[in-house]
Amino acid sequence: MTQVFIPSQLTSYTGGATRVQATGGTVSSVLDDLDRRYPGLKFRVIDEQNRVRKHMRIFIGREETRQVTTGLRDTDELLIFGALSGG
Amino acid sequence: MADKTRLLIGTRKGAWFLDSGSDRDDWSPKGPLFLGQIINHLVSDPRDRKVLLAAASTGHLGPTIQRSMDGGETWTEAVRPPAFASDDPHGRSVHHTFWLEPGHASEPGVWWAGASPQSLFRSADNGDTWEGVAGLNEHPKVLDWFPPMDEGTPDGPMIAGIVIDPRDARHMYLATPTAGVLETTDQGATWAPLNDNVRCDYLPDPYPEYGQDAHQIALSPTNADRIWQQNHCGIYRLDRPGKRWDRIGDAMPRDVGDIGFSIVPHPRCEQTAWVFPMDGTEVWPRVSPGGRPAAYRTRDGGASWERQDRGFPREQGWFTVKRQAMSGDGADPMGLYLGTTSGEVWASKDEGESWRQIAAHLPEIYSVTVVPPPA
Repeated sequence: MTQVFIPSQLTSYTGGATRVQATGGTVSSVLDDLDRRYPGLKFRVIDEQNRVRKHMRIFIGREETRQVTTGLRDTDELLIFGALSGG
Repeated sequence: MADKTRLLIGTRKGAWFLDSGSDRDDWSPKGPLFLGQIINHLVSDPRDRKVLLAAASTGHLGPTIQRSMDGGETWTEAVRPPAFASDDPHGRSVHHTFWLEPGHASEPGVWWAGASPQSLFRSADNGDTWEGVAGLNEHPKVLDWFPPMDEGTPDGPMIAGIVIDPRDARHMYLATPTAGVLETTDQGATWAPLNDNVRCDYLPDPYPEYGQDAHQIALSPTNADRIWQQNHCGIYRLDRPGKRWDRIGDAMPRDVGDIGFSIVPHPRCEQTAWVFPMDGTEVWPRVSPGGRPAAYRTRDGGASWERQDRGFPREQGWFTVKRQAMSGDGADPMGLYLGTTSGEVWASKDEGESWRQIAAHLPEIYSVTVVPPPA
């Protein structure tokens, strides 16, 4: 199971939880798994062209990725953040 | 609800209700709803007053539609918000939904959504799931009508208004900032520009087939052949089946001009409409001309206009009223409402003769709509 950090912008979907678990071998499939349990969450993070939204950031451990095809291992942690880009 | 007037206020930081009795004297706020979320439009369904939809997004997250089936007491998110197909040939993704329009009276549950980048979506289940309108979104001229641009002024290009002919569900108009007014007579399968004699003072050809910036359009409720338009380049009126717009804003005072965002027709008189002029000179301040806010009313189809400023600040009042932020109710006398970008709501219960501030200190107001009276 992949550990997923949920930012404050998305905790309304997870019942307030900031750390949840999900399964999947890629960023996209992990988000798909989250979306099954928390409907609507994925589209707030990834647009209809499978692009990470402009003001969202996704890290696997300490490495940022903008590609939803990036692979994960079960031991990886996936972190979702709202980007800081101003005030 | 029968004796209550409710305003729906969408802001940059959430939504509020303003409630009053039938006297429209005392107003009480209720909210916030969706605190911190950008609410571009919050609209009640005249076919079923329990149904409300809100166009929501945030600075970080993607856009969505919030839905209430109980008059705003509880809300759920759309299962499938407006979105382009994943194989969209232009790689587009919806940035935000700007305009929500309840469908024709003969089509309960149908809603239309105008989005940014400019695109049109339809729902047949009270906003729960949405499909793109291929006739527009995939039109051969879509990139000419809606040139790709990430940003625009002030908030990016969007479908700025959707109007449905009450006599015919297939007949619709769109207001757009880069193609002017578009018309369909087959419910969106095909579209054609409708901009004859509407000026573009920012293009080499000042009267092109398309390219105009239609800020808002509205039909007279008692005469669906009469279209009012507040355009980037003036106030216009068109009487169908004619196709040539008349610039009725030429009758506005020269020192005020005829630039603005909103236009509101009278619910019972086809000769009467209101605008709220803004300064469209030089760098386009988009504030009340001279710092003296006023509505202007015509009662003769635009041949003349009268200033209505009683109650507004006499000076140093720099209001900006965005295109969705001025509305009228169906009462007699008609009530008018407007919201400012500085978070104030102003109301008139005597058809604009006098104005009173009924709310302040809200976030930047994007939209003001009225829950329609019972059918």
